Amino acid sequence: MDKLIIAGRTFRSRLMVGTGKFSSNAAMAAALHASDCEIVTVALRRVDIDNPQDDMLSHIDPKRHLLLPNTSGARDAEEAVRLARLARAAGCEPWIKLEVTPDPYYLLPDPIETLKAAIILVKEGFVVLPYINADPVLAKHLQEAGCATVMPLGAPIGTNRGIRTRDNIAIIIEQAIVPVVVDAGLGAPSHAAEAMEMGADAVLVNTALAVAADPAAMAAAFAKGVQAGREAFLAGLGKQRLHAHASSPLTGFLRNEA
Amino acid sequence: MQLKINGKTLEVKDGCNIEALLQQLGLKADRVAVERNRNIVMRSDFDTTVLQNNDQIEIVNFVGGG
Repeated sequence: MDKLIIAGRTFRSRLMVGTGKFSSNAAMAAALHASDCEIVTVALRRVDIDNPQDDMLSHIDPKRHLLLPNTSGARDAEEAVRLARLARAAGCEPWIKLEVTPDPYYLLPDPIETLKAAIILVKEGFVVLPYINADPVLAKHLQEAGCATVMPLGAPIGTNRGIRTRDNIAIIIEQAIVPVVVDAGLGAPSHAAEAMEMGADAVLVNTALAVAADPAAMAAAFAKGVQAGREAFLAGLGKQRLHAHASSPLTGFLRNEA
Repeated sequence: MQLKINGKTLEVKDGCNIEALLQQLGLKADRVAVERNRNIVMRSDFDTTVLQNNDQIEIVNFVGGG
């Protein structure tokens, strides 16, 4: 069977799902179930000590899902490392989606701080999955630093704009020695299918599910998109060409050939 | 004594440990991570870590995220 392997661990699903922005924990749980995903991202924040909220972890089945905490909110390497250590102390396995996004408008990842943090976290025994711009050279540096995947963005987080970084993602995939997970910006199942057709190993989706009128139905649709794209990639897509190429023989027409 | 917890000031009993503090706040120990003066306190040390006046405490938990 076609399995995804990250840091020696085998996964059946190539769709990772984020848990932000859902209207309720019930809607989130329904989407996780419908997506059939195995890797689920979460974030860490200060508890509001005056008003503790319903605990979202009680809605995620630890037998079905590997929790992948992110370092969202970190503006530099030091903050990201601090969050990763806290996530581990909170009881997570030492898997971390490394995000360093100093710019609040586009939430684009800082490549220098991301690499710095990755080097530290790999040394501390973390399985590091860095969120990056679609920069093939940075992807190589992160692989050499021992990261378990690279996670290039299709478009800025939460924009639903699809794969705007297609040519660079193609280079990253071509050169990758670790799984490539296209993360951020995927707004429709066709975007996820496109990433998988290109040869991405997995995709991560959050906003597109959370803001859908029916998150669970959208999660099921994304699962199909990922599956279709993966199967098409494995089947081998035909080459694109500029001119028409007839599907039937160009002989035997109902006319006399000159 | 006074603690600074997540940026807010809170009055607790002298000799309070982290386990007792979490109880006072209504938080489950197995769902949070705690820093005391920028050092992570492991969960197994919650009941033996006695807090001091003016300690800076950070308590974090998991929320939705992508």
